[in-house]
Amino acid sequence: MSTSGSENHTNYLNDGYGVKSWLLTTDHKRIAILYMISITLFFMIGGFFALVIRLTLLSPNGTLVSADTYNKMFTMHGVTMIFFFLIPSIPAVLGNFLVPMMIGARDLAFPKLNLLSWYIYVLGGIFTLSAMVLGGVDTGWTFYTPLSSGYSHTNVVPTVIGVFIVGFSSILTGLNFIVTIHKMRAPGLTWFRLPLFIWAHYATSVIQVLGTPVIAVTLALVGFERITGVGIFDPNIGGDPILFQHLFWFYSHPAVYIMVLPSMGIVSEVVTCFSQRKLFGYRQMAFASMAIAVFGFLVWGHHMFVSGQSVYAGMAFSALSFLVAIPSAVKVFNWTATLYKGTIRFNTPMLYAFGFIGLFTIGGLTGIVLATLPVDVHVHDTYFVIAHFHYIMVGGAVMGYMAGLHFWWPKITGKLYPEGLAKFSALTLFVGFNLTFFPQFILGYLGMPRRYHIYPPEFQVLNVLSTAGASILGLGYIIPFFYFMWSLRKGKVAGNNPWNAKGLEWLTPSPPPTFNFDKTPVVTEEAYAYPEEDLAGG
Amino acid sequence: MFNIPLFPTEASTTASRVDLLFFALMGIIVLFTTLIFVGVIFFSIRYRRGSRASRKGATSENMKLELAWTIIPLCITMGIFIWASKLYFDMHVPPKNAMDIYVVGKQWMWYIQHPEGNREINTLHVPLGKPVRLILTSQDVIHDFFIPAFRVKQDVIPGRYTTEWFQATKLGEYHLFCAQYCGTGHAQMVGTVIVMQPWEYEQWLAGKSSGVTMSSSGEQLFTQFGCVTCHRSDNTGRGPTLVGLFGKKVLLQTGQTVVADMDYIRESILDPRAKVVATYQPIMPTFKSQIDQAQLMQLIEYVKSLGGSQSASKGNKK
Repeated sequence: MSTSGSENHTNYLNDGYGVKSWLLTTDHKRIAILYMISITLFFMIGGFFALVIRLTLLSPNGTLVSADTYNKMFTMHGVTMIFFFLIPSIPAVLGNFLVPMMIGARDLAFPKLNLLSWYIYVLGGIFTLSAMVLGGVDTGWTFYTPLSSGYSHTNVVPTVIGVFIVGFSSILTGLNFIVTIHKMRAPGLTWFRLPLFIWAHYATSVIQVLGTPVIAVTLALVGFERITGVGIFDPNIGGDPILFQHLFWFYSHPAVYIMVLPSMGIVSEVVTCFSQRKLFGYRQMAFASMAIAVFGFLVWGHHMFVSGQSVYAGMAFSALSFLVAIPSAVKVFNWTATLYKGTIRFNTPMLYAFGFIGLFTIGGLTGIVLATLPVDVHVHDTYFVIAHFHYIMVGGAVMGYMAGLHFWWPKITGKLYPEGLAKFSALTLFVGFNLTFFPQFILGYLGMPRRYHIYPPEFQVLNVLSTAGASILGLGYIIPFFYFMWSLRKGKVAGNNPWNAKGLEWLTPSPPPTFNFDKTPVVTEEAYAYPEEDLAGG
Repeated sequence: MFNIPLFPTEASTTASRVDLLFFALMGIIVLFTTLIFVGVIFFSIRYRRGSRASRKGATSENMKLELAWTIIPLCITMGIFIWASKLYFDMHVPPKNAMDIYVVGKQWMWYIQHPEGNREINTLHVPLGKPVRLILTSQDVIHDFFIPAFRVKQDVIPGRYTTEWFQATKLGEYHLFCAQYCGTGHAQMVGTVIVMQPWEYEQWLAGKSSGVTMSSSGEQLFTQFGCVTCHRSDNTGRGPTLVGLFGKKVLLQTGQTVVADMDYIRESILDPRAKVVATYQPIMPTFKSQIDQAQLMQLIEYVKSLGGSQSASKGNKK
């Protein structure tokens, strides 16, 4: 693939070209590529559903699609984006590629298990896609009972089977990371020398391993109730619908941290590299990641402030939700402080990292609004919530993914993307994102409920603004797709370390050889050991 | 040209209190967002590559700073928590003199009964300045009774009663939305809340009334289903008397006691053997397939009318 003589080394990309060499690979880097292709596919499918949603909402009368079709669109948008794109995005692609490289290992601890987890992902994807092809599902991605377990006439069972299966992929990846990070660190790479990306993936893996079984069992019970009629969640046959919500959010709240923690890890890598500066408050950052993972398990009830749960339970969950905001705030402060007295370059990954910091700050602070009990009563299940979690998941998680993709693209492919076009599309994404989702905060406080395809006419202008923003946002995703493809053939050769970055992954050639390092590296310094005093004016 | 609304009407006693808290939060958000944005932009420009700003004394550890930006946000959030919890609690405890209105949600409409006997669909008439407590249940899936102008919202759940209260402060017509996704017609499960002067409301009640109050409808059902043969008022029947029962403690066969609230009465009609009163036999059949949610509410109104602990009847089951 490479044309340059110096780049013509044996690497993981030219080590076998056949289909078999990819589909039966146990190389974590190739598996990462398989994941990258699969999740991009699901991102496009989910994006198509979003397009239909936004087009429908241009008019208050919901004339574009029928109520049933609209309900299927937002359900399948949520299911694909959350379970098949966001949750696997950073861990399964960038994590898979980089965790072994960053700790100086040849591969993950269980390479075959890693391949298996991709096949499980594909199998789950096939079930869910076939549910969509068979006519779709209309329960909302939250699958609330008894609507999902008894009343919906759509393809609930194949969908929950798909989500059930894909959960195992997530569990296995998490397990693989935990073992790898514990057992395979290079000599000298102590816990407090690990890059924050590794800490973030460690915290994420803990959530994946402990949380995912709960959603798997819960959704299995929904399918079981649907098929057998045994009362678990439907009160007509002796079940408890609120029980479902407790079980569902016990996983699905921590799942938000599965999406955003790895992004935080990426931002730490990018901010330090493009400031040429040691991370401010390294230990606090590491502890903050773990604190988020632990506290994240104790806040699920904040999704249920109007569900009829006890007032005192509401208060306890509210207090705990405020607490989980603290480590996130600490992270934002530390990134900002890292810039102080740095030597800052504005390459595309850094622009995305800035985007992350800004949008995550807004997303996080509006999370504080939602943790505030009486205000949540008003904005619960309105567009305020939609805006908030898109600021976290798209503004946060996806911005982080884009930062990481640009940052490590030269390492992954050996090629540089076109910097000018990339900066332009980062800016497009930022503007489009805010125009799409900021009006939704206002809509939400005005009281527009989510999951409405027809709405009172006074909400139309804000909805039109949002749709206009979404088209710009869409452009911001399409441009990178094309220049990344372009760069594979025409991009400039990157070299080992185009960003002058610290970290073991930059010591090895780009693209890396099959077993990453010719010689196991020995670590003698802390993470981000950029030269203390970069002389000014250079 | 365009009339873009930016802020919802405040039409209840709760609304202004919620908005005040919301504005305080907005202040905090603006403060912290500005702090971060200004910090990031200022440092980025001052310390851009090539700038001559001094980098001397750069440090990556400062425990005092770390503690400060951990403890200050912690104190702020805990302050908000206390403020918010007080208001949330008040939003769950209706005033003693609140009037009850019964609501049944079903796919995809709201069926509303006033104790005076008036019934309406997707419209709720309420008097200005009087506390109103809604008693809500669902016939099928979970719904949610949301009135944005009042800043109140409560899930409406099959198999149990939930409550929601408000006191309207402004005449007018307001949106009523189902906020919990409930299937195909979710977006059509909307209606209007009409706030009237109390005397207009009385007129409306009198004008539209069927003449039969909820409790007398309940009494008719009580006779029609033969409840009266066992639950005699003189306590000589095969079942316990219901006179003076509501809100009182009841001793069960198992030795436990329960409060005879709405959920208990409802359960005793639908699943009589779940909680059998001490010294009585479990001989009552279920009426699950014969009585619908609206009728159950009428029966409960009837049992309430037989007397009992009024304070308990206003208390919220939590």
